[in-house]
Amino acid sequence: MITKKGISASPGVAIGQALVLDTEEYRIPRRTIDSAQVAAQVRVLDDALAASRDEVEQLRTAAARRLGEKAAEIFAFHAALISDDQLRRNVVALIENRRLNAAYAFGSEMNRRQREFQHVNNAYLKERVHDLYDIEKRVLRHILGREREDISRLSEPVVIVAHDVTPSQVLLFDRERILGIAVNVGGSTSHTAIIAQMLGIPAVVGLNDITSDIAGGETIIIDGRHGIVACNPDSDTIDRYRRTQRENRATQARLRTLRDLPAVTLDGVDIQLLANIELADEARDALELGAQGIGLYRTEFLFLASQRIPTEEQQFEVFRGAVRHARGRPITIRTMDLGADKIAAHLATHAEHNPDLGLRSIRYCLQHLDLFKSHLRAILRAAAEGDVRIMFPLVTTLMELRQARGTVADVMEDLEEDGVPFARRLPIGMMVETPAAAMQSAVFAREVDFMSIGTNDLTQYTLAVDRSNERVAHLYAAHNPAVLRLIRDVVRAGRRSGVSVNICGQMAGDPAYCELLLGMGMRQLSMPPKDIPEIKRIIRSTTIERCQQIARKVLRFDADRQVINYLREKLRELTEGGEEERATEGAETDDPEGNIARGGVA
Amino acid sequence: MAIERQAEVRNREGLHFRPIMRIVDLVARFEAEIKVANGDRVANIRSPLELLMLTATQGTQLRLIADGADAEQALAALVELIENGLVEE
Repeated sequence: MITKKGISASPGVAIGQALVLDTEEYRIPRRTIDSAQVAAQVRVLDDALAASRDEVEQLRTAAARRLGEKAAEIFAFHAALISDDQLRRNVVALIENRRLNAAYAFGSEMNRRQREFQHVNNAYLKERVHDLYDIEKRVLRHILGREREDISRLSEPVVIVAHDVTPSQVLLFDRERILGIAVNVGGSTSHTAIIAQMLGIPAVVGLNDITSDIAGGETIIIDGRHGIVACNPDSDTIDRYRRTQRENRATQARLRTLRDLPAVTLDGVDIQLLANIELADEARDALELGAQGIGLYRTEFLFLASQRIPTEEQQFEVFRGAVRHARGRPITIRTMDLGADKIAAHLATHAEHNPDLGLRSIRYCLQHLDLFKSHLRAILRAAAEGDVRIMFPLVTTLMELRQARGTVADVMEDLEEDGVPFARRLPIGMMVETPAAAMQSAVFAREVDFMSIGTNDLTQYTLAVDRSNERVAHLYAAHNPAVLRLIRDVVRAGRRSGVSVNICGQMAGDPAYCELLLGMGMRQLSMPPKDIPEIKRIIRSTTIERCQQIARKVLRFDADRQVINYLREKLRELTEGGEEERATEGAETDDPEGNIARGGVA
Repeated sequence: MAIERQAEVRNREGLHFRPIMRIVDLVARFEAEIKVANGDRVANIRSPLELLMLTATQGTQLRLIADGADAEQALAALVELIENGLVEE
């Protein structure tokens, strides 16, 4: 058994067979064969090597013709590597002596060679490892040929193990059969984490090289809460985790009964709990779990799921679906926030050096008015059927905000002229997710109907940390004093201008921060639907007075560590105190770093 | 009987793909069995993959060991190529 620690991305326990996807979505099948298959596998290898060589030769000829002999040399090199006798001999030895199939044998040999490059400190030579990756992919493609698994139709439930999982892959997954996800890259609020939470399945990210540590078909346990995975677990470990699964199910059932109770504090203050969704269908689930509305409807998924930019009609259909599912409750639609880790290939025209700070989101929209206008038209038309608000992401300057509002006004005029029904009087707001917006919130507050603090990006930009970079993800902390002060300032600015402020980042759904946010003046929280029951429970167990004391104390701290330790302590007080209605089995308390657990798991 | 000579890698990028191809082309003309060593890593000179794995950077001293009828000529030509012929235009 190997256990690995990564970053907690989505809570819960999954126990199942691994399905390993390499970077090209190939599933490398079970690796061992019996002696009768050896000769056939050697043939498969040789055929694949020959086919790859031919392919590369063609590439070389084409390159020589178009770019000259010099440019074509690299292909000659690849052909030489593929034809390398030593390589073939080593792989055949693995097939014959270790009874491995051609794919696994080849991959394993290449892997061994690739790893040796980690220690090279000459840039040119180090680059050559990419030649090895290239050859590996090419030959594997030929070996696996028609064996490439169709991940949209699985015959049994599996745990996905991959380098990374992109939104478009997720949309292809056979959702009924995915038990959990484990990936090499990413931080706790990376796209994989958001997707996994959306699907309600356990996930661990930032594992670095989990794809090398487990083979397809082997058993793997995902402990989402603690960010741990166990490969080929022993029976004690399996028993322990099965027990945790049972406890979790019991807790979930208890929390569901909270759905119809109001989110009001012990001293009678109402808190509005809203949901963050990405697919129109989720609006229905959100209401099921007690959401009073949708605080953030992310529209990007629609763009990522299709091969081309969706038309106004297509967008309108989808948005209208979401509005209808919301059944008259307020729903805030955010205009597309494409860029950085979300950009779809068909929209990226130039590779940007620094996409996070580049042409994305509202900036992209303002520079592509046709796209923006048809997007707005779709939203405004869908808005006619419900209580819709519209919100702009990544606003940093007043000019941007005014231009965006101006575009909305233009679109409204066009719709009026066209005689198409739309919502005329819809509230227009903005995301506060950059330090610029937060620091100028008083100014912005005068020109919007509401503000929504996007703590994910705000934290990222304020701390200058890439939350999806597993090497620095540990520095990303929404409870960093700098971020907290910005949040406090925005809340104040909102209060002074009479403009409502809510929070829609992951922070809003995290129990450790609930009392702090309430104490800082938040009265509206928008979170992934599955977090609503737990947050409601906390709200119903506390008083605003206590929350304000907590906030006052926290805002005096200078260090992350102080803040989080204090908040955990406060949460423990609350949940330990409120145990009366619960069975003696006890439940685990959640916390952002996934380190505290009671009952079952060490 | 095997003979041995040393050669220093002089070009800036070390033994990357172009030099490797040139070495492989050169030794195709000879019959001797030739090994190249960088420290304790040994490569068969006719295997581009093994030459790559030597990760021989600029300044590396390579040991060339040849065994066969034309071992002398092979090593002479190799040393000349490695020390003087690999510098890119």
